[in-house]
Amino acid sequence: MLLQVRGLTVRFGDDVVVDDVSFDLDSGQRLGIIGESGAGKTLTSLAVIGLLPDTASVQGSIVFDGVELLEKTDAEMTLLRGNRIGMVFQEPLTALNPLMRVGRQIAQPLRIHRGMRMKAALDRATELCARVGLPDPERMARMFPHQLSGGQRQRIGLAIALACGPSLLIADEPTSALDVTVQEEVLKLIDGLVKQEGSSLVFVSHDLPVVATMTERVAVMRGGKIVELADTRDLLDSPRHEYSQLLIRAANSSDDDFLNLARLGKT
Amino acid sequence: MATAFYLMRRLALLVASLIASSALVFFLLRLLPGDLAQARLGIYGTPEALNQLREEYGLDRPLTTQYFSWLSNAIRGDLGSSILTGADITSELLSKATVTLPLIGIASLLAVFFAVPLGMLAALRRRKWDGIAVSTVSQLGIAVPTFWIGVIFVTMFAVQTQAFPPGGFPFGGWADFGGAVKSLVLPACTLAFAQGAVLMRFARSATIDVIQQDYFRTARATGLSRAGALRVHGIRNAMVPVVSVLGIQISTLIVGAIIVESVFALPGIGQMLLQDVSVRDYTKVQGTVAFITALVFAVSFSVDLLLGVLNPRLRNQ
Amino acid sequence: MKQRNSTLVIGASLVGFSIAVFLLSFFWTPYDPLEIKPELSLTRPSAAHWLGTDENGRDILSNIIVGSRATLVVAMVSVMICMLLGVSIGVATAMSPKWVESPAVFGVDILLALPTVLLAIVLTAVYGPSTSTAVVAIGLALSAPVAQVTRREVKSILLADYVTAAKTSGSGSLRIVRKHILPNLRASLFVQASGASAIAILAEATLSYLGFGTPPPDPSWGRMMASLQQYLIVAPIFPLWPGLAIVITVLGFNLLGDGLREALDPTLRRQTD
Repeated sequence: MLLQVRGLTVRFGDDVVVDDVSFDLDSGQRLGIIGESGAGKTLTSLAVIGLLPDTASVQGSIVFDGVELLEKTDAEMTLLRGNRIGMVFQEPLTALNPLMRVGRQIAQPLRIHRGMRMKAALDRATELCARVGLPDPERMARMFPHQLSGGQRQRIGLAIALACGPSLLIADEPTSALDVTVQEEVLKLIDGLVKQEGSSLVFVSHDLPVVATMTERVAVMRGGKIVELADTRDLLDSPRHEYSQLLIRAANSSDDDFLNLARLGKT
Repeated sequence: MATAFYLMRRLALLVASLIASSALVFFLLRLLPGDLAQARLGIYGTPEALNQLREEYGLDRPLTTQYFSWLSNAIRGDLGSSILTGADITSELLSKATVTLPLIGIASLLAVFFAVPLGMLAALRRRKWDGIAVSTVSQLGIAVPTFWIGVIFVTMFAVQTQAFPPGGFPFGGWADFGGAVKSLVLPACTLAFAQGAVLMRFARSATIDVIQQDYFRTARATGLSRAGALRVHGIRNAMVPVVSVLGIQISTLIVGAIIVESVFALPGIGQMLLQDVSVRDYTKVQGTVAFITALVFAVSFSVDLLLGVLNPRLRNQ
Repeated sequence: MKQRNSTLVIGASLVGFSIAVFLLSFFWTPYDPLEIKPELSLTRPSAAHWLGTDENGRDILSNIIVGSRATLVVAMVSVMICMLLGVSIGVATAMSPKWVESPAVFGVDILLALPTVLLAIVLTAVYGPSTSTAVVAIGLALSAPVAQVTRREVKSILLADYVTAAKTSGSGSLRIVRKHILPNLRASLFVQASGASAIAILAEATLSYLGFGTPPPDPSWGRMMASLQQYLIVAPIFPLWPGLAIVITVLGFNLLGDGLREALDPTLRRQTD
């Protein structure tokens, strides 16, 4: 079992924002976490990678590859981040340093975790640019973020997260800020890369159809709790919790094709 | 090409600002009541002598003509002569500048050297006691008048311990290098303390800003510690506001220098200005203020250039 | 999640304390601050004179209490001037057509470049040292940054949808200013006023120290420091008192401004570290 979360509870003062969350994730598996804004999905994923704000207090257990993460110091966690656990964020515009060329940003984790010299790391970064489907990778790597499109920036974000071949990739709404036409491409890219690496995937989103195409299991979150945890197909066919039913009904009424494709098992 | 255009525009603005500010000061000073020729000659003011003096200094010509002739001379580096002593203003300014400019330079370097790392520390550990302590000290630092810091330094290091002179500058100027440096230590530290406190607050808030950015979080997600992420991504981004504040601070630095020179009796531009103001030597005041404002504008121009280098996005504006 | 705004509390208390001393000065002081008693020159703090006496035997505590008048009067009046001037210029330029706005902004930038104290010194050269010269100079000099900040804020308010709506429904400029701009500026104006007060007080103290502010015999903290500095070898502790008075007052206004900004800013971000 790669990742085991038990009774994860996150508080800000008296506010409970993640309430007794538990789930398992095995090697190569994919889990979707779905819910509306404020449901606690992002905070859950941040808890796994250990990047919750200082003001948060955390209880419970997160066991990754046999090690209890919540007992680790920040210094110990830095060995895992970007190395065994990678994360992609929502806002491609702001997630990249505006004053640094993107190639260098991809090179960072390689230098930190693989001890590569700058030149070697930049070469590898260019290879990674090609791998995430960017045309003319040498030129791309030397660009600044504001010179790239949203979709291209998100590909860079993926390159950064996957640079060291993590066993777990956490994607927090990676396509929500992109144009619809670009979304599908990026999703396909994530799908392909994760398959190639054999990594596990935690896919966080508010968009049910998207989650449905990307994952085999889904956790539905509401108000900090997981209200239903099931195989994707089971959830779509016969949701048990009324909130899940609500979500599916809403998705149905707007996006028939996507959902049908999901039902036919695109994963 | 866009960069060249940007530079040209900024240069033109610089020139226009210099002209406008010197004009402002010129006409302001000429509101002086009283006859300057009379003030200079006193009881020796026979009508012929007065007229001769007026002609010599062009006091009988219309104000705007006087200004333009001053301006055309000033551009060539000739700031005229003192109306009270006849001494050449430019050469006196330059000789006093040998005290003031090193003072400001050393103080700025000291201030940045201490303020930036302390500011970043205060930001990184802003919820821990040491971060809060540093912030509190800087709050006090900006509330304290510069001259008070100077007086305290004099008390602690010159009066009680005799380690440094309580004031003054060696008679031979920089020829006595050791003496000159010793005379500038306490004044420079005083100035640096006051400036450092302000800079530290900006460095701190700039760093906090960086910490709250999404790209900082991405950096952390790649395995950098907080300090590491700041080192790789933060410093350049945090320096942008700090550098621009430095540019703005130049005028406060100059005022600070005036004050410090008064506290430590240093024969610099500040001291000279204060004296000239009390005796109403308006040509010298005009020249000195023009020099100071030219310095201020030149520095902020350079800072703008530096910012363009640091932030590639500004280059296209 | 409501957090205690300690900055605001401390700032307000310090400012309140200074104002209390100011008011006290009109009713009672331990001694007549101007009374010269040469035989008591430079006595240390004692039961009779809590903070000691200066070189002329005058009670320092009384001088500090009365000195608060010069400080606070200069601060209040010059801040009023700079706020009135600065806000009017700021609002007017923000709402003017480009051909009016550009030269006005240029003018403000020029004024901004001239340091407050320097401008005051120049004006003193013209009009001689006095409280009113200091007040006018500081008020003028500070109106520049106020104008600049106000202009930027008004411009961003003007971009708001509700202003566009008001314009299209035919509201005149004056009405827009009254109903939309001023109310939204209120918070920022309080913050700016606090900050300006702190600067004004420091400027007045500096001017007095240099001899360009309130002339004798009216007590002034800055001038006290200058005169007591000469006796440092004999009495190192004396300049401490007026200095402390200045620091407390300035700190109070600074903290008040910071606290107000914290309290009135609805957009506080909370992000990962």
